[in-house]
Amino acid sequence: MTALQEPQARAPVDTGAPRHSGRRQRHRWVLWTALSAAAVVFVYPFAWLVSASLKPRPEVFDNVLVPRHWAPENYATIWSAAPVFTWMVNSVVVALAAAAAVTVSSAIVAFGFAYFRFPGRNLLFASVIGTMMLPGAVTMIPTYLIWNELGLAATQVPLWASNLFGSAFYIFLIRQFFLGVPRELFEAARVDGAGYWRLFWRIAVPLCKPALIVAFVFELRASWSDLLKPLIYLRDPALFTMPRGMKSILDQFGQAGEAQWEVVLAGAVLTTVPMIIAFFLCQRYFVEGVATQGRKG
Amino acid sequence: MTVRRRETWAAYGFLSPWIVGFLVFLAGPMVASLVLSFTDYDVLTSTAFVGGENYRMLLADPKVRTSLANTMFYTVLHVPLTMAVALGLAMLLARAGRRSAGFFRTIFYLPTITPKVAVGVLFLLLFNGQIGLINEMLGWVGINGPDWTSDGPWIKPGLVLMSAWSLGSTVIIYLAALQNVPRDLYEAAEMDGASPWARFRAVTVPMISGALFFTLIINTISSLQTFDEVYTAFFGSANQQTYGNDAALFYVIYLFQQAFQFLHMGYASALAWLLFLIIVLITLVQVRLSRRFVYYESE
Repeated sequence: MTALQEPQARAPVDTGAPRHSGRRQRHRWVLWTALSAAAVVFVYPFAWLVSASLKPRPEVFDNVLVPRHWAPENYATIWSAAPVFTWMVNSVVVALAAAAAVTVSSAIVAFGFAYFRFPGRNLLFASVIGTMMLPGAVTMIPTYLIWNELGLAATQVPLWASNLFGSAFYIFLIRQFFLGVPRELFEAARVDGAGYWRLFWRIAVPLCKPALIVAFVFELRASWSDLLKPLIYLRDPALFTMPRGMKSILDQFGQAGEAQWEVVLAGAVLTTVPMIIAFFLCQRYFVEGVATQGRKG
Repeated sequence: MTVRRRETWAAYGFLSPWIVGFLVFLAGPMVASLVLSFTDYDVLTSTAFVGGENYRMLLADPKVRTSLANTMFYTVLHVPLTMAVALGLAMLLARAGRRSAGFFRTIFYLPTITPKVAVGVLFLLLFNGQIGLINEMLGWVGINGPDWTSDGPWIKPGLVLMSAWSLGSTVIIYLAALQNVPRDLYEAAEMDGASPWARFRAVTVPMISGALFFTLIINTISSLQTFDEVYTAFFGSANQQTYGNDAALFYVIYLFQQAFQFLHMGYASALAWLLFLIIVLITLVQVRLSRRFVYYESE
């Protein structure tokens, strides 16, 4: 890639000659209409979800945006009907452990690839990249058997512990950032007698915090949302994460006949809102992470 | 010890977490699942070697055919739809000013961070045949919408439509690629009198073909492993029969049922390896095709 200079494509189009301005105005108007219409389509399901979760049962499906009668007691119902608070805490603990584990371990491995020159480096790094394509479904069963053998299959440990060994995408991402650190900084520290760990911890890590945050928030999201692993491992409802709990709420309250959809919806809101908050706190990092994902292609 | 030797040792020290993880959680399990696929292991009783029996069963199992067909059908619709809509949105964003592009990009990305469990619930309600929002809106233009969530043939098209809600990552990837297309290419094309469509075909598509290819592969691989939202909506509760809902039986759901509900670990391992082979095959075909279409600037 040679053309990485800041593209001018982002500049607004109003630099054209005056005789074009009528057409350009019209173009801008069309553009804004199209974008706004798309935005409504993307936001509306959220609005519908939150609104319906605050409606009394007969009105849940009236598809009116502002509830005619407010029913915040739906949240009280779900709070007393299911250990929602426990699930929330479980999810927060598991997601933080998973994110912290993968960030630290991936950073360590990334430094190994970024700083050192050693025999076998390219081959090993190619294998790291290769594992990115590996479907998780293939290793799902033996991994379960390992945790079963260790007596940890019914605990939350399998939900985060395999993250202690680094993960290909994050290793790749953080390595890119480490490679951008001027080598002289490391050489100078070496001359002053710093060990390799010091180079990593005192120079590379502080300079590449954004990359570490990207890895952290990405894994936080992935771990928070995961349903498959909790379904495989968690049996005791007291250990459930929020999505796993949400699934049991749906199975319990969303049955045909005596369906209490307003309770299910309140659960769905509670499952989603923490991620929305996390997103708005670290929006920049989410977007950066996705854009990097594309660039490796 | 020479500096070089010391460096090599230190390097492998830093790499050791990954090497251990690779052996214990990737390479080991891959081999183990291959071995398991030739046994009838069920965790509780002892293992018996059954040769190719699992693979013979798999070829004769109508559920395998159904779930594969369902998954392929979904993938063939979901991936192109996602790519086309995401490209359209990204091209709009690329024309908007920087600040408004950032704002809309955030909005398009929001659904991606919604847990898939919630997406599954939303699907059941928004697409409900009698009272859902989608059919109400279709009603405004005089269309009598189908029973998206209960009428077999309509379940997968409904899921495909719902999946388009979560295409924000693809939009961001395309936008980043579009912003790297040198502006003078468009100006040159315009001077030559190229129509907007010709500019799209001759400039935009080749210049972002790397991103298109990447999203094609990633979206295909993840689509073939669709689980969370479909399982949420159609499986697992007492009312839903364990073997029911064939129209929504996706491959990984069937694999999950075989492995963790019926404890047919050997059979499920064979299912997992079939999926692995299918994914490798499809990816190889896509890589081959991409040699013809992807334009790499450095070459």
